[in-house]
Order: sequence, then structure tokens, then C-alpha cells
Amino acid sequence: MPANGDLTLKEPGLEGALAFLGGPYSNHAALRAVLEDARRRGAERIFCLGDLGGFGPNPGKVYPVLEEFGVVTMAGNYDLALAKRMAECGCGYTHPSDNHFARLSYDYTNRRTTDAERAWLGRLPAAIRFLRAGRRYLLCHGSPRRTNEFLWESASSDGFLARMAREAGADQVLCAHTGIHWQRALPDGSRLINVGAVGRPANDGRTEVWYALLPPGEHAAEMVAVTYDHQALAREMEEERLPAEFVETIRTGWWTTCLEILPAMERSRGRH
Amino acid sequence: MPRAVPIPLRAPAAPKVPFLSLDTVWFQVAGTLCNLSCNHCFISCSPTRHAHEIMARAEVRPYLDEAASLGVKDFYFTGGEPFLNRELPAILEDALRIGPATVLTNATLITRARAEELAKLAAASRYSLEARVSLDGLTPETNDPIRGEGSFDATLLGLRELARAGFLPIITATQTWSDADDPGLRERFHGFLSDLGLPRPRLKILPLFRIGREADRTRGYAPTERLTEQHMRDFDPWTLQCSSSRMVTSRGVYVCPILIDSPGARMGATLRETLRAFPLAHGACHTCWATGASCRN
Repeated sequence: MPANGDLTLKEPGLEGALAFLGGPYSNHAALRAVLEDARRRGAERIFCLGDLGGFGPNPGKVYPVLEEFGVVTMAGNYDLALAKRMAECGCGYTHPSDNHFARLSYDYTNRRTTDAERAWLGRLPAAIRFLRAGRRYLLCHGSPRRTNEFLWESASSDGFLARMAREAGADQVLCAHTGIHWQRALPDGSRLINVGAVGRPANDGRTEVWYALLPPGEHAAEMVAVTYDHQALAREMEEERLPAEFVETIRTGWWTTCLEILPAMERSRGRH
Repeated sequence: MPRAVPIPLRAPAAPKVPFLSLDTVWFQVAGTLCNLSCNHCFISCSPTRHAHEIMARAEVRPYLDEAASLGVKDFYFTGGEPFLNRELPAILEDALRIGPATVLTNATLITRARAEELAKLAAASRYSLEARVSLDGLTPETNDPIRGEGSFDATLLGLRELARAGFLPIITATQTWSDADDPGLRERFHGFLSDLGLPRPRLKILPLFRIGREADRTRGYAPTERLTEQHMRDFDPWTLQCSSSRMVTSRGVYVCPILIDSPGARMGATLRETLRAFPLAHGACHTCWATGASCRN
């Protein structure tokens, strides 16, 4: 288990509409657009499942946006790595070319993260739990048991997901880390929702980013696509001399890097 | 007279890897039978080796059901050469109803009809079906001395059929070279696969295990290549696949795919019997520890 422990919420407002965001990855423009959209749709509480940095430009810009919207934020592997001044992001890639690009964005982000930001990241909870309409909710970054475990739709059996929820004492698991959103109602009545990421398109050829909205009283998520000024972000990334491959993803909606980790089905859906 | 290798008077007890979670179940569906006889094979498979036998669909099924009830994440099918098992497509169909599956093959028996049959199975499942193909060089001159005369061309034919049927095969190469000798090989492998018509080449490099036929090709493990408690200090046991997977063969359930020929590696007759810690007493355990290797994709 990550060192920081779980945050258990008991205050009111959790029965209403809730919004869940995956990794902002320093994409402050998309983050703001998503938060405005969530507020417009009546989200009473907004949660961010970690990985604030990486990929995008000027990492310091996301912190004030999260604060402005009162986002309840937990730690991803990226946040823990920055807080602990680790040498690498700990994303859990296994392939050299994935690691090459992961390293470029981590080094960029690490150099531009202030001590105050590191201290703030170091205080983020490792998981968030609450009760909502009689169901035990668990928010984690990768999986209930490991911060950097990838839960891909085509690579996770029903039985496995149900077992993890059971072992974690949850009926409803929300996770991120993979960057591609999906959800599944499991045969035992539990549900897993991977909320995707708001910092990067979902490898679907669309430039929008996605988040998960739970309407009042409902446990199934509505996956919401949000447009934002992606061209402006792409230009900012170019000014920061971030890799052309990253900029291409923002402009096309197709992933160009860190693809080796994708299972066959998810990889086949992409262009690269 | 050759000098005897000094053996410590009392070898320290092997450290144990804790059992954390049954995430992956492997099946030795072709036993130790293979149409090839690669000279680095850690379980010495060949057309005539019956140490483990081909598994019938009816033999595999109870293990799949048991795995499902235990909440297993994914399945791997290997041999030998899995396509020597005529029931393989039916076995894969059974597995893909429960979870994702990967087949490890030399691809030499993959015809167009077979590739298309596999593609149909993949399309019918909501889980991924991965094809992993072994190849040990970019030319017949480098591959065939290891994998056998004509195997390079036969594997390439099978690979093309898999790609044509829509698969994105993962190429598995065993590291028979040293990076120092050939630092650019990984990159050239990628270029080679692209040129072959595999648009999104995926490459997995496995370390050598100095057991089975490999022990004769180069050398076996030295007595010093053993894990001790010291190795396990501050070591994340999740890194070792024996903390979260098991291997089923015709002879029972084993700790991992590498050790099915090794003494003490059979842990029980059912999966449930094997959900316990395992002593890391083998030279191969040292390789997994030192390289961070996992047989998973």
C-alpha cells in the first residue's frame, strides 16, 4: 500500500452528481475545460484520481486550477515520484521505448516542480473512500492494490475485477492510470469504472478528452467528451520544446508513444 | 585430474517468495512436445520428449473453471508448440469466455486457415487474444543455428499470416547475444519487423535460463548463482511471477513455466493446493531476480 493512507469522506453532497477525472498530465487547458463542464452539469463534488504532471507543458499551471474548483485530489504514481524526488515516474512500463518517452516527460516535469508543490503532492491521500446510496466507493489510481497497475478493459477478467473489489472492501471501484476510459458492471453486482484521463485524448482519433460523471443516485457513469483549445496547448508544448510525438497526440487524438503496454485490442483501435 | 568445485559445507536455506495473488495461470497445452528442438530450450522440448504430455480440452477445462472461481486475471498457453494440440482453438475459446489469453508459438504451423480461425476467436471475445511468436535472429544465419534449419523462413510465413489476419504479434527473442556485442540489435529488430509488414512491431526480450538444453549449449548455473535472504531484502516480490502465477501441465500444477522439469517445482494437483510461498532454491530463480524477467507479455 502507498504510504499516505486512505481518506474517508463522510460529509454530505456525495449523493448528488459527482465528477471523476483521470490524469491531468499538465494539460491545464483541458483540465479547466473539463472542470467547467462538470460544474455546468451540476457536479456537486469533483475528484481527481492523480497523475497531475507529465506529458504536457508548464506543470505548475494545474495546481491553481484544481484549487479554484475545489477538486478533491489523490496521489498517482507520478505525484508520489515527484514528492519523493524519485529518479523516474514509476509508471510501470516494461518496454525500453515506452520508458524512453516516459523519462523525457518526467525529467521535464521534475525540473519544473517546486518544493512547495512537492510537499503538497506528498500530502495527497493514496485512496479515497465513501458511502454513496448504500454502496462502498473506492477511488484508486491504478488498481485497489497497486498505484501503478494498469487495468485495461480487454486484459481484465470479470472475476479478477470482482475479486479486487471484494478484497478492497468496495462495491464500486474508480480508477485511472491507463488513460483510456471504460466501465463494467460485474456479475456479482460490483462495478469498475476507469475514468480515463483529461490530460491526453483517449487514442480514439478525437482531440477531446474524457471524464466520468455520475448522475445523482446512479452508479453507472456517463462518459463525457470535452473539447478545449488543444491547438493552443500544442503551441505551448512546442514552445517548451516537448517531443513532437506528444504534440502530435494532442493535435490528432492518436497516441504516438508509450504504446507497448497496450493489450492487442486497445492497440488495434489506435493508429500507431 | 580436474579439480572439484568447492561446495559450501552447509548451503544457506533458500528464501521464500510469498504468494500474493493468483493473477495468471499458464497451461503447458502441448506438454514438452515441439516440432522444433531449439538448443536454448530450458525444458528441452522436441518432437519426441514426453516429460509433459499434450493436454486435452477436457483436462484443461476444470482448471479454467477453478481459475475463474479464484478470480484469475489472464491465461497463457504454451508448450512445446501449442499448435501441435489439435484442440487448441477449442481450449482458447473456453479460456476467452473467462478472460484474456496469450498463445506462445513458433508460428511455423500457422497457416492462413489457422490464422483466420484464431482471428474469429479473437473477434468473438471481449478480451484480448495475444499471439506471441518466438524468433531468435533477423536472418536464417543467426536464427536457424539456434532454432533449427528452415525455422526462420517457416516462422516468417506464419508471422505474415498472423499479421494478415489482424494480429499484432509480440515477438519474443531470447537474449543469446550480449548487449555489449550487439548494442543496436533491439532497434534493428524493430526495423526488421516493420519491413516484414508488421506495422506495429512489439518485441519482448527474455533472458537465458541455464537449464535444460541451454545448460549444454553454454553452461549451467554456478553454485553461487542462488538466492539468499540477503537478495530478498528491500526486493518487491511482485517482480517475481511466482508470487502471482502458476503453471498447469498434464502432471499437475507447478510454480512457474521455467521450472516444470526441476525437482520440487510441482506444488499440487489443483490450483488451490498451490496458493502458498515457494522456496527460491533454483539457479533460474536467480535469473528472474537479477533480470526482473517475467514470462508475461
